[in-house]
Amino acid sequence: MRRAALLAVLALAGPAGATAATPRTSLPDVEDEVICVTCNVPLTIAESAEADRERAFIRRRIAAGDTKDEIKDALVAQYGERVLGTPAGDSGIDLAACLVPGLVVLGGLAGLAVALPRWRRRRTDGGSEPLAPALAPADARRLDEELARFDAETPG
Amino acid sequence: MRRLTVPLLAGGAAVALVALLAFGLLRQGGGGDVVGRPAPATPLPVLGRPGVQRSLAAFRGRVVVVNVFASWCGPCRAEAPILRSEQPRLQARGATVLGVTYNDNEDDATAFVRRHRLGFPILRDVDERFSRDLGVVGVPETFVVDRRGRVVAARRAPVDRAFIRRAVAEAL
Repeated sequence: MRRAALLAVLALAGPAGATAATPRTSLPDVEDEVICVTCNVPLTIAESAEADRERAFIRRRIAAGDTKDEIKDALVAQYGERVLGTPAGDSGIDLAACLVPGLVVLGGLAGLAVALPRWRRRRTDGGSEPLAPALAPADARRLDEELARFDAETPG
Repeated sequence: MRRLTVPLLAGGAAVALVALLAFGLLRQGGGGDVVGRPAPATPLPVLGRPGVQRSLAAFRGRVVVVNVFASWCGPCRAEAPILRSEQPRLQARGATVLGVTYNDNEDDATAFVRRHRLGFPILRDVDERFSRDLGVVGVPETFVVDRRGRVVAARRAPVDRAFIRRAVAEAL
């Protein structure tokens, strides 16, 4: 009798245990890759009623056995691409966030394109720019005469 | 001229960057006067009807009280009974409330609608585009749209019956 009762309990518990999905990710694993759409901060640090709802949504999906990517796809379906924290590009600030890094890189490359040839020219010349301009012929002759007089007056 | 090249380039880049950021800031939502302007006609998913979308254009010819709300919003819960009770009165006059969810998932929005027994259509503003076009910065906010699709009244706070009745009467 006791054995029959035990077998009956195990038979009932078996299917019930099997329906519970095995978690394939965790809340921290998901929430640091998405944002709170009202606060615009990573969900992991967001404190708002809406952030709590996002976390509850993620927990439900985890309990249903979704992977991290499936949960992120579900979040996008509910809140749009912005929940992933990437600029959408359709508002002014998003446009700036997309364009500015590229413009900075292009500007740097343009600067290099201008500066590099100049640096190369200086190096091939060996830095041989004269320190002072050459003397005019009349000045050079007067200098020679002064030096000769100095040599003649200086003993030994 | 060579000496000025780098400073000119740097100055030009700085001006361009400031201009771009200013453009971004000006295009951001944030209150603003939408009264007198056409209401956005963005197609939005209908809550509870997968794959179905509607826009305000579907309501052209009727006065629409557009209520932007969220299930997680306390003041939205407080004003829901007012909207529920006003809906039959509006329908009798050829008008309707149209709910638009704001940063809300389907499950929570559906539970909110059931809990408050809301009897008007609800659309889901998934990516906040519709709300941004109305300058919504928080919830609840309510806009009255006339038969031609123009916003004729706006309340960026919870509504009361007096506001709804006065705005709808003026729009009819």
